[in-house]
Amino acid sequence: MKDKILVVSAIKDGTVIDHIQAISLFKVISILGLDKIDKTITFGTNLESKKLGRKAIIKLSDIFFKDKDINKIALVAPDAKLNIIRNYEVVEKKVVEVPDEISGIVKCMNPQCITNYEKVVTEFDVISKKDVKLKCRYCEKITDQENMEILK
Amino acid sequence: MAMKNKSLVSINDYSKSEYLKILDLAEDFEKNPVRDLMSGRVVATLFFEPSTRTRLSFESAVNRLGGKVIGFSDTDSSSVSKGETLYDTIKIVSNYCDLIVMRHPLEGSARFASEISKVPIINAGDGANQHPSQTLLDLYSIKKTQERLDDINIFMVGDLKYGRTVHSLLMAMSKFKTTFNFIAPDELKMPDEYKLFLDSLGLRYFEHRDFTDIISEADIIYMTRVQKERFSDPIEYEKTKNTYILKNHMLKNTKPNVKVLHPLPRVNEIDPCIDINPKAYYFTQALNGVYVRQAIITSILGLI
Repeated sequence: MKDKILVVSAIKDGTVIDHIQAISLFKVISILGLDKIDKTITFGTNLESKKLGRKAIIKLSDIFFKDKDINKIALVAPDAKLNIIRNYEVVEKKVVEVPDEISGIVKCMNPQCITNYEKVVTEFDVISKKDVKLKCRYCEKITDQENMEILK
Repeated sequence: MAMKNKSLVSINDYSKSEYLKILDLAEDFEKNPVRDLMSGRVVATLFFEPSTRTRLSFESAVNRLGGKVIGFSDTDSSSVSKGETLYDTIKIVSNYCDLIVMRHPLEGSARFASEISKVPIINAGDGANQHPSQTLLDLYSIKKTQERLDDINIFMVGDLKYGRTVHSLLMAMSKFKTTFNFIAPDELKMPDEYKLFLDSLGLRYFEHRDFTDIISEADIIYMTRVQKERFSDPIEYEKTKNTYILKNHMLKNTKPNVKVLHPLPRVNEIDPCIDINPKAYYFTQALNGVYVRQAIITSILGLI
């Protein structure tokens, strides 16, 4: 019962990111740079989920994301759902969508790519969103979901 | 002109009309290759890995136009051997010249260089990725020998999996009404992504392991090197290697207009007996490289 209270404990204003696969929680934290934010953030992980098995949830007080920024997590948490909270009420629900371009999050899987040697921010065009396929703007090779490595 | 001051990194950077513009200019340079268009201009040729043909062809193109060349032909004689980054090399060299021609073993290196350089970059090969001036000289050779670029039946033979020249040529020829025949061993077949690309454009292609029976249909036979190290099983290489060697008698029943092209260097995939056959075109193809490079350089520098 105690756990349940913690999970549902409300925030006044902010964002709740739900339905993150438990295994991806720390990647989401890293991609959104939550380790560098001084606002109140609550994390819960390994929570039971019918759909995901084990899920994680993040509650962020007084933090609101632009679509462009939040969509970055779609690569590691494609099922994530956002609840936007104002004055303890859910005022908007959103799902994440893989963006058209990915900058600086993913490592190019081509070991011969310049981005793996010099200090270059990786840049990809998303050529498939469902079964994610990213085309490196430098070496023009494809990095697929299976071989995707998150950089930070 | 849209090409002015624009780097040429990938064959996909140019449109069909830009290809045709380069080919028209190259034709003019073939008629009159010695012109004083580049007086006072400096081109840096930065070859981070050795290449004889490409470097000499670019340098010949510049010299015949009255320009000057600086650069290095291997990294032993440059500060790269002291551990300098590509970023620093390009930042510095772009102060000294009007244009950089570079070859580098890492893929994407030319795109990266084009983002940090003050002057345009021509990619003369970035690992297994792109070598656009080769593709443009291949197009020029096809246009010159066939007097058209549409309705060509092109046979690509040998290593179609790793060969960067065949991939770039496929991309360029896909802008025309081309029929492709891919002749390769199973281990070196044309990758699916290129076949899907042709499917999306509705262009026809056929795959074969051997080409002796169908060679009579070809307008262009584009040979490439089948390298032993590409085979996981050396026995498989021994079994297949002779299938992809072009011999004189195989050209007997081919079309009168057929030409044999090869990006060179060749090892044994074209029998030297073919060299004197009028259907052999690879040495002239290499000569065409000078005219095409003159056209690319002068277009980028806005000299014509």
